[in-house]
Amino acid sequence: MPVNKILKKTELAPQIKLFEIEAPYIVDKVLPGQFVVIRAYETGERIPLTVADARKGGPLVVIFQEVGKSTRQMGLMEEGEHLLDVIGPLGRPSNLDRFGTVVCIGGGVGIPPVFPIARALKRIRNRIVSILGARTRGLLILEDWMREVSHELYITTDDGSYGTKGFVTDELKRLIGEGMAIDRVLAIGPTVMMKAVSEVTKPHGIKTIVSLNPIMVDGTGMCGACRVEVGGETKFACVDGPEFDGHNVNYELLFARQSIYLSQEKESMELFEREHTDGKAG
Amino acid sequence: MAKLVREKTPMKEQPVGERTSNFDEVPYGYSEEEAIQEAKRCLRCKKAFCVGGCPVEIDIPGFIQHVAKGEFRQAARLLKEKNVLPAICGRVCPQEDQCEKVCVLSKKGEPVAIGRLERFVADWEAQRGMVEMPRKAEPTEKKVAVVGSGPAGLTVAGDLVQLGHEVTIFEALHKPGGVLVYGIPEFRLPKAIVAREVEYVEKLGAKVVTSFVVGNTCTVDELLQEFDAVFVGTGAGLPWFMGIPGENYNGIYSANEYLTRTNLMRAYLFPEYDTPIVRGKRVAVIGGGNVAMDSARTALRLGAEHSMIIYRRSKAEMPARVEEIVHAEEEGVEFELLTLPVMYHGVKGWVKEMECIRMQLGEPDASGRRRPVPVDGSNFRIEVDTVVVAIGQSPNPLVPATTPGLEVGKHGNIVVDSETGKTSKKGVFAGGDIATGAATVILAMGAGRVAARAMDEYIRTGKW
Repeated sequence: MPVNKILKKTELAPQIKLFEIEAPYIVDKVLPGQFVVIRAYETGERIPLTVADARKGGPLVVIFQEVGKSTRQMGLMEEGEHLLDVIGPLGRPSNLDRFGTVVCIGGGVGIPPVFPIARALKRIRNRIVSILGARTRGLLILEDWMREVSHELYITTDDGSYGTKGFVTDELKRLIGEGMAIDRVLAIGPTVMMKAVSEVTKPHGIKTIVSLNPIMVDGTGMCGACRVEVGGETKFACVDGPEFDGHNVNYELLFARQSIYLSQEKESMELFEREHTDGKAG
Repeated sequence: MAKLVREKTPMKEQPVGERTSNFDEVPYGYSEEEAIQEAKRCLRCKKAFCVGGCPVEIDIPGFIQHVAKGEFRQAARLLKEKNVLPAICGRVCPQEDQCEKVCVLSKKGEPVAIGRLERFVADWEAQRGMVEMPRKAEPTEKKVAVVGSGPAGLTVAGDLVQLGHEVTIFEALHKPGGVLVYGIPEFRLPKAIVAREVEYVEKLGAKVVTSFVVGNTCTVDELLQEFDAVFVGTGAGLPWFMGIPGENYNGIYSANEYLTRTNLMRAYLFPEYDTPIVRGKRVAVIGGGNVAMDSARTALRLGAEHSMIIYRRSKAEMPARVEEIVHAEEEGVEFELLTLPVMYHGVKGWVKEMECIRMQLGEPDASGRRRPVPVDGSNFRIEVDTVVVAIGQSPNPLVPATTPGLEVGKHGNIVVDSETGKTSKKGVFAGGDIATGAATVILAMGAGRVAARAMDEYIRTGKW
C-alpha cells in the first residue's frame, strides 16, 4: 500500500528542503497539527516531521532541516526515489475553534507546521496575525504561503537583514503593548523560542499553544522517548501532543532531553561528512 | 527397551566468556544425532499430558516420534499443522510451565526437551530450504483484516488463510513481528528467524502491510467496511514508569525504548545504523521478568561494566523464566534483590544515582507471592548512568481509543469472550496481550488460534 515516492524536491533555503510525497492514505487523514514519522532508508532513524500541507488529492508536503545524519542523507534523495517508510498521521490534531484573534508565530522550520493550522483557523473566521522569525533573510521560508493565510504578517530576523531586527517575541511584545486584543497564541519553532513566547504571554493570561519536538522513536506511544512534563505530569508528546499549553511545559527538561545524543549525533555526522568528502575527492 | 535417561540431552551454547561481546544467539540448537537421542527419551504416553499443556495443541508425541526415527520432514509437517511459528516457540515458550511441566518423565528426572526438539525440527526444515506448504481450503472470497503482526496476529492470519480466506495484516512499525522484533533481543531470538516465519505466513497467502497505524492511518470502523471481520492483536505496548521523582532524567529508559532502539533500530550497530543508544557503564534494570533479563543482558552487550537487576522481591518470586535468570547470572548480571527505587539524583540533567529502599517479605498477596514491605530508614544509593524501567506494560490504547463500541476493561484491555475472542463489537475479535495484558508469546498464539476458529465460523455463517 505505501508508495512514498518523492514527487518534487525543492531547496527552500540552505539545508532546508521541501518534499512533496505521494502518500494518499495519509493525505486523506491528516489534520492540522499532526505529524508523520519518516524512515528514509534501511539504516536510517525514524524521524518525526510535522506536515506542512496535505490537500485532498494532492501530495503530502514535509519540510525538513538537515540537522543530523539521517536528515542529511534524506536530503540527498531525488525526485522519483521512494522513501522507505512514511507513517502517519500521528499525534493529536490542533484544536480548531473560533477563538477570535490568533497570533501565529513560526520560527525557522517551525513555520511549516504553523501554516496548515493558520489556514484552518482563518477558514473558520479567526483573525490571523502572523509573526515569522529567522536568523537571517536567506533562512526565512514560506513567507508567501503565510501571507495568504494571514490578515496581518510581521517578520523578524536576528541580524536585521529582513523585516524587523530582533526576535519574534519583540514583535509579540509590541502588539501586546499596542493593546491588540489577542485571544490565543500559537507558537512553533525552536524550544528556546517557544519558551520565550510563553514567558511573554503568561503575565497577560493569553492562552498559548506550543508544538513540542522531543526525540521520538516509534511515534505511536510505545517507547516513552518523547516524554515531556506538562503541569507537573509526564506526557508522551507523540500521543498526548505534540501540542501543549505553553505555560505549563517544563522547558528545562525538554532542553536536557533533546541533548541526550549530542555526542553520538556528532560522531554520526563526522562519519557522514568523511564518507561524502572522500567520495568527492575520489 | 532403552534404559531411562533422567536428564535432557544438553544443548550446546555459546561460551559464557564470548557471549557478552556479541549479539549472536546463545544456544546453538541440537544436531540431528542429539535430537534423535533426546526424542528417544519420550515414553509415547497413551494419555499425553504434554498436548494438554500446549496452548496450541501440538501433537507432541507424534512429532517427537518422527524425530526419533529420523523422519524430520514428517515431524515438521505435523508440527506446523498446529503451529505456524515453531522456530519462535521452540526458543521463547516457557515450556517448563506448559508441555514439559506435565511430562511424565519430570516425575523421575527431567522432562523431554520438547522446546529444543521443536526448535530443531523448525530449523532443520528451514535450513534445507524446502519449507513445505500445507494444503489450503478453496478460496471463500471473504476478507479478514488482522491488526498487529505479533504472535497473536500471525497465528490468526496463518490459520484463516489456510481456511481459504483472504487475509491482510496491518503493522504499525516498519517491520512485521511485533514484540518478536522490537522486544525480544537478537541473542535470544534472531531476527532472521522471525523474518523467516513471517515469510512463511506470507507464502501461505497472507498480505502484510507495514507502517500502517490502525487507529490513525485508518480506523477499525473503516476496516469493517472493507473486510468481513477484524482481529485486533495490538499487544501491550504502553510502557509503565514508576512515577518517582527524577524519572525523566537523561539516561532513564523504558524497557520498550531500550529494546526497540537496540533490536528494531539496531542501535548496537551504531554508527552503521543511525539510531543511537546510551551505552552505559553502570546500568540498573528495574524488574524481575523476562523483559528485565533481556534488558540487563543487552546492557552487557552494549558495554556495561555493571549490569544490575533491581527487584523488590526475592529471586524465588521473579516472574522471569529460570533459563533467562541462569543466562543472566552466567553472563555476570548482578542481582540487587529486595530493593525498591524511590527516587533519582541527577547532575546536569543526567541520572547519577538511584536512591533505593530495602524490602522484606511479608504475608502473601493476591498473586500468592509474599508481599514486599519497605524497611524504614534503609535508604541507600546506587551509582548509575543508565536505568531501564522494566516493570511491565499496558495494552496499547490506540485501537480502543479510536473504536467506538469496543468495551475496554479497567486496565485498558479489550474485553473478549475467552472461548471465541469476540469483543463487544460485531465483527471485531481480539486476543493476545491487548486482551490479557502483558503475557507470553504462546498464550497470544493460543488466543489467536481460538479467535481464528470463531472468526471462520462467523465469516461463514454471519452469526454473531
